[in-house]
Amino acid sequence: MLLDIYEPGETPLPHEGDRGIAVGIDLGTTNSVVAVARDGTVEVLRDTQGRALLPSVVAYGDDVAVGHDARAALLDRPESVVASIKRLMGRGAEDLKALAGVLPYEFGPPAEGGMARLAIGGRLLTPVEISADILRALAQRARTAIGRDIDRAVITVPAYFDDAARTATRDAARLAGLEVLRLVNEPTAAALAYGLDKGVEGLYAVYDLGGGTFDFSLLRLETGVFQVLATGGDAALGGDDIDHIVAERMLAERRMAGIGAPVDARLAKSALALARLAKECLSAQDDWAGTLDMDGAPSRHTLTRAAFEILIDPLVERSLRICRQVLADAGIAPAELAGCVLVGGSTRVPLVRHRLAAFLGRPPLSDIDPDEVVAVGAALQAEALTAGSDTLLLDVTPLSLGIETMGGIVEKIIDRNTPIPVARAQEFTTYEDGQSAMTIHVLQGEREMVDQCRSLARFVLDGIPPMVAGAARIRVSFAVDADGLLTVAAEERMTGKQARVEVRPSYGLNEDEMARMLRDSLDNAEDDMVVRLLAEAKVEARRTLNAVRAALAADGELLDDAERGTIEALAAAVEATLSGRDRAAVAAAAESLEAGTKIFAERRMDRGIRAALAGRSIDRLGI
Amino acid sequence: MNDTADISAAVTRAPGAPVACWSCAGPVAPEALFCATCRVVQPPRAIDHFARLGVPRGFAVDTRALEARYFALQRQLHPDRFATRGPREKAISQSQAVSLNDAYEALKAPLGRAAYLLALAGQGIDDERTIRDPDLLVEQMERRETLDEARDAAGVETCIGAAVADAMSIEAELAAAFGADDLVAARRATLRLRYLQKLIDEARARHARLLGEG
Ligand SMILES: [Zn+2]
Repeated sequence: MLLDIYEPGETPLPHEGDRGIAVGIDLGTTNSVVAVARDGTVEVLRDTQGRALLPSVVAYGDDVAVGHDARAALLDRPESVVASIKRLMGRGAEDLKALAGVLPYEFGPPAEGGMARLAIGGRLLTPVEISADILRALAQRARTAIGRDIDRAVITVPAYFDDAARTATRDAARLAGLEVLRLVNEPTAAALAYGLDKGVEGLYAVYDLGGGTFDFSLLRLETGVFQVLATGGDAALGGDDIDHIVAERMLAERRMAGIGAPVDARLAKSALALARLAKECLSAQDDWAGTLDMDGAPSRHTLTRAAFEILIDPLVERSLRICRQVLADAGIAPAELAGCVLVGGSTRVPLVRHRLAAFLGRPPLSDIDPDEVVAVGAALQAEALTAGSDTLLLDVTPLSLGIETMGGIVEKIIDRNTPIPVARAQEFTTYEDGQSAMTIHVLQGEREMVDQCRSLARFVLDGIPPMVAGAARIRVSFAVDADGLLTVAAEERMTGKQARVEVRPSYGLNEDEMARMLRDSLDNAEDDMVVRLLAEAKVEARRTLNAVRAALAADGELLDDAERGTIEALAAAVEATLSGRDRAAVAAAAESLEAGTKIFAERRMDRGIRAALAGRSIDRLGI
Repeated sequence: MNDTADISAAVTRAPGAPVACWSCAGPVAPEALFCATCRVVQPPRAIDHFARLGVPRGFAVDTRALEARYFALQRQLHPDRFATRGPREKAISQSQAVSLNDAYEALKAPLGRAAYLLALAGQGIDDERTIRDPDLLVEQMERRETLDEARDAAGVETCIGAAVADAMSIEAELAAAFGADDLVAARRATLRLRYLQKLIDEARARHARLLGEG
């Protein structure tokens, strides 16, 4: 058997092309970071004042302000400022009812597809649009720092992000004019940063307490291989919750002292900002004191570290319960771990480190700044994807995927912690005589019942020919790509009737809304879709051209001079269209070239087959 | 169900005959991952999991070598290598990586490997949903009882330890059965191992819960 195994370093590299460098972006709940890797050296990009962290806060006034300026506005005009938008990514208006009262947002009427919209500073905005504003600010910072245009990025997401949240993140990037080369899970990016930068090897855990989500992942690190073994988390547990608990206590103290007006969104935002200060302060000191001042009604608050730790201990315990579960899933004892990497600013809280050290039996690693480590990993992966690399990153699905069956039970098609990319199929049948349509309801989650899992999409396979119950054979296939995004297809096997959907979350943006948003956004006046299609046509044409040239070099003697001349002319015609912007011309020229080389291809195949029949080894064809 | 389709296709294909490269249309060796002429990635062929990972078919597999092979192949075929390529190459790379993951997941552990070998021999255990073997039934009921009676983490740990030790001895039985081509014994041992594995998984989950409560 012939298997072409390349020696390390000889792996065919992707074309670097003329597209330039790509950046790595950690789009965080509280802060975002952008970094770039060149020749394996990572630079975290800073603003003019040397700050790496861009607060994930956007202020909407006459214009849009992102970052520190927006955070400053949080105290003056909180009604026009939005923070922690990542918590709402991929959530429908329905989901948010559960969060109402917990989060200091004001909701407007939902968008057409059911996606939640926030009322901020007189505008109605979806979480995707708000995240796009943060991404634009990061891309702008990168352009200034690097001095050239940036239109491609690796963006990180929590490992525990569901399909809806991943899709929303990709849409936000597209809206900001960035092509997403890959969505990488945050813990994997952190491991990449440690593995490549610090050379750690063995079995590692990544404890990632982000602003709004918690992930715990187990990875095996070896030279050049980063293999995720298991991951678990809680999409509603984060550093923000620490702020919430502290803020709630301050607001309760204020109420008991009878100070000021009842709690509204403005006061809640101010209390949260103050609570964050208290958390940061208590990570370094034993006592904290501050004043919450709203409309001239100040209240004084104090907190000791001991009291703070009692407040937040239940949250830390919740995270450790997930750690135990993930280790049990993988059948690994804490003692088998070579180390634990910390991610997220909230892992600076001493209680988190102490409890984790006690659980693991050793202190966690924090050589790389926990606020920057994810962006560092994302930048390394961005370079690997564009410039080529032998590093291998093998990730898994964080949540099980399935479809609804009789009685509201979820039939799992892909289990959690399955390595991706993956494709699985299962057959179902009709349960009524003459049933002509079947609804496919796609779900994500670990529980058995439909109403306990997250509904991702619903679509109908119709046109099933009349048959008795149980006779139809409907094959439902799930495919999860390397970004963790799901595609579902259904096919009636007796007739070949097919239905295929890319799972757009039930309440996500549809293509029309996306197109409208792209038109509305001034930065992307040029039609994004046209540019995308032209680029794709050129990539395909270039591949055809390379294929023909390689064939001419290898088997050119099968052609006479006239035949060769014709093919070369067709190739030159393709080449000529590549510098233009006419997609139709590119595609037509490439097609003519393919058609014009048919006879050449037949002769090449004939010779190959004759050689094989003659018993000659076709090793010549091996590399 | 994919596996059986793959296998029959593999049998009907004439061995050694070149296939046409989808990109340059010239001849490519049937198992080649890349076209020797234009160097473009080729779609996965219909071959069994052992052939895909380039290891001899059998229960006794050097898992270190298997893993090294899997990594080496993913290094060439994973979609990360094709991030800047066109949509067709990306799609082919994805199906290659999917096939590799399927193959590696099926073969990496003894239970999966045994079940796959039985499926190749037309003796698959997928349809075997209930325990028909009375000895196995009694054994499973006793184990479950012991696990249910364990009140604390230490008790569950003892159950896990005993089950893992038994699993290892079944693996030895499997090696002997497959080595002697005794599919009846292999099938029986595989079914036992499957129930044992399920019990171990449940016990581990319960162990984690008990630690969390404690
Ligand atoms: Zn070729």
